[in-house]
Amino acid sequence: MNYFPDEVLEHIFDFVTSQRDRNSVSQVCKPWYKIESSSRPKVFVGNCYAISPQRVIERFPGLKSITLKGKPHFADFNLVPHDWGGFVYPWIEAFARKSVGLEELKLKRMIISDECLELISRSFPNFKSLVLVSCDGFTTDGLAAIASNCRFLRELDLQENDVEDHRGHWLSCFPDTCTSLVSLNFACLKGEVNLAALERLIARSPNLRSLRLNHAVPLDVLQSILIRAPHLVDLGVGSYVNDPDSETYNKLVMAIRNCMSVKSLSGFLEVAPPCLSAFHLICPNLTSLNLSYAPGIHGTELIKLIRHCRKLQRLWILDCIGDGGLEVVASTCKDLQEIRVFPSDPYIGNAAVTEAGLVALSSGCPKLHSILYFCQQMTNAALITVAKNCPNFTRFRLCILDPTKPDAETNQPFDEGFGAIVHSCKGLRRLSMAGLLTDQVFLYIGMHAKQLEMLSIAFAGNTDKGMQYLLNGCKKLRKLEIRDCPFGNAALLMDVGKYETMRSLWMSSCEVTLEACKSLAKKMPRLNVEIINENDQMDVSADDRQKVEKMFLYRTLAGRRKDAPEFVWTL
Amino acid sequence: MEGGVAYENDLNLKETELRLGLPGTGSTIEKGVSAARNNKRPLPETREEGGANGKPDAQHDDQENAPAPKAQIVGWPPIRSYRKNSLQPKKAEAEAAAGMYVKVSMDGAPYLRKIDLTVYKGYPELLRALENMFKLTIGEYSEREGYKGSEYAPTYEDKDGDWMLVGDVPWEMFLSSCKKLRIIKGSEAIGLGCGA
Repeated sequence: MNYFPDEVLEHIFDFVTSQRDRNSVSQVCKPWYKIESSSRPKVFVGNCYAISPQRVIERFPGLKSITLKGKPHFADFNLVPHDWGGFVYPWIEAFARKSVGLEELKLKRMIISDECLELISRSFPNFKSLVLVSCDGFTTDGLAAIASNCRFLRELDLQENDVEDHRGHWLSCFPDTCTSLVSLNFACLKGEVNLAALERLIARSPNLRSLRLNHAVPLDVLQSILIRAPHLVDLGVGSYVNDPDSETYNKLVMAIRNCMSVKSLSGFLEVAPPCLSAFHLICPNLTSLNLSYAPGIHGTELIKLIRHCRKLQRLWILDCIGDGGLEVVASTCKDLQEIRVFPSDPYIGNAAVTEAGLVALSSGCPKLHSILYFCQQMTNAALITVAKNCPNFTRFRLCILDPTKPDAETNQPFDEGFGAIVHSCKGLRRLSMAGLLTDQVFLYIGMHAKQLEMLSIAFAGNTDKGMQYLLNGCKKLRKLEIRDCPFGNAALLMDVGKYETMRSLWMSSCEVTLEACKSLAKKMPRLNVEIINENDQMDVSADDRQKVEKMFLYRTLAGRRKDAPEFVWTL
Repeated sequence: MEGGVAYENDLNLKETELRLGLPGTGSTIEKGVSAARNNKRPLPETREEGGANGKPDAQHDDQENAPAPKAQIVGWPPIRSYRKNSLQPKKAEAEAAAGMYVKVSMDGAPYLRKIDLTVYKGYPELLRALENMFKLTIGEYSEREGYKGSEYAPTYEDKDGDWMLVGDVPWEMFLSSCKKLRIIKGSEAIGLGCGA
């Protein structure tokens, strides 16, 4: 292939879109590396501290779209202090300085300030898409800057962010000339929005296909929006407070009748009374349904709705649907690929689904490959049945609300059940487990989970052997996060080279000591070994035999980071 | 699950609450809970047989009959706080009251801080702490003039979403209504002092 001119190679590489494939292409030979790198438009950086923005820009000068992830996954569960890190500002500042033609930015678990949003809006004239997932540090003022200055904005997608709300003027900041919006999601904003500005914006956005509203948009405005945007494909209803006999409600029913392109439905953040029959009209077209933020909808309503959703591929729901409701899902939704069942009462720890619901899903839905399931109890027999019914799982996450609870029938640990899952599901890439588990389950995982990339463990195992089985056996492991397990220094130090083949390792409330962490950091200069010392429990000069409460290590080419707060020590 | 209403007023309601759950529901981790706490009838036949496989009775009872309220484990269950708060907003407030962390933002600062309001006994202590944390002077509060003599003013967002000057209401009332703090500076701050 050496005698193809560069442009031809570049054109061929255009068809190679996944990052992994492009990485492979770039490793074939030097000319391919050069051409691929100079023409790659989309870059994914799974850990913003693994590499410096300068190096990314140098290697990929044609960069137009970047995805960055910051905080460790366990930050989602309040295990990482808020100011640990994950600041995006240095990246944006570097892109602006080098005049990168940035068009798309997607961030997950990062801190982004209003100043940064303002900088984005002023530095990249072709900026089209901003997607922020579980980020914080910004207010609606920052959104106002984006709205005002990004003339070709197509997508503003805010998912589950903690945004300080200075009240809805940001919506009015979209100029009258802005008609390019395709996707707008502000469901996570807690404050009021300027409803008139919203209606006008939607009226002048003929390409709008995805719209997710927050709780502050009442029914009459929803109805008028739907009239103006009949081509919507994805709708997030904010507030659904209705009176089934009112004129507004009747108008809503008519409006929904016009929106037959809607394939994805979510929201219902406030529901009163929980009467969803107006939406039964569009249910037969739905492929994606997310009612996991709607605790106001009763199980019976949910079931009535789902009976109409024969084409559903993705379902996120609360456990108030019950085992009976999951059986209805199993018999109705034959195309189901992904399901997530969240607890509706996390504080008390009362989940309304058990192993019965899981088994029903596995036997009714042949295409099911991704599951997140919070339940009250589980049995090995059920897991073994599920493994037999569904060998195609790629993502399997089970959470029993009582984390050390054994098999509800036999009182045994769940080693055999999860063993069956990893043995049967040869393509399993992500796994998280709960319940009583011994070292044995890790032996099974090490033996069978050959494609496993991400594993989350809590309150499991007996000795270092458990973790050693994992590190030895799972060749493709990239992210490992462990909390409250009796794994210690012998396991941590068994194969230090392994950590350079992984993105990161998190260990908290385990048996690892400061001495072992220091030793690891010394041996592996291309790892950042961070100790998070929140309550001044430890001294750097302290006794090395002390146990480390929280350790996070990750491979990096950027060296020790300079923005770590006082309580984070990089060893 | 219409459990939301019951938890509005009293943190400890769950201790005395009657529940219609399966036996064994509502349990998380608690070491040494006595099975005698529970007066429920034994489980139906099938469960009992399953449980009789050599496990001591006390343990069997413990697992299957004890819905007593348990100590919360940090970060458990593994659900994003955003999701937890959206499900039980009132409950989240009650939980937060025991050790009440609120965010503190300051105009111009690159990131926010968090403080635990319950460690302070009153406004003077809180203000000194803020002064220390952000290296600035807030000055003395006066009802008429707000925070005179400083270019900063501490404000907070209350339950209704309104931004209020810190210090106007009694400390206890402030504790129960403060959701987050913001230190404003410059002309905005001066405006607050001018007897409006």
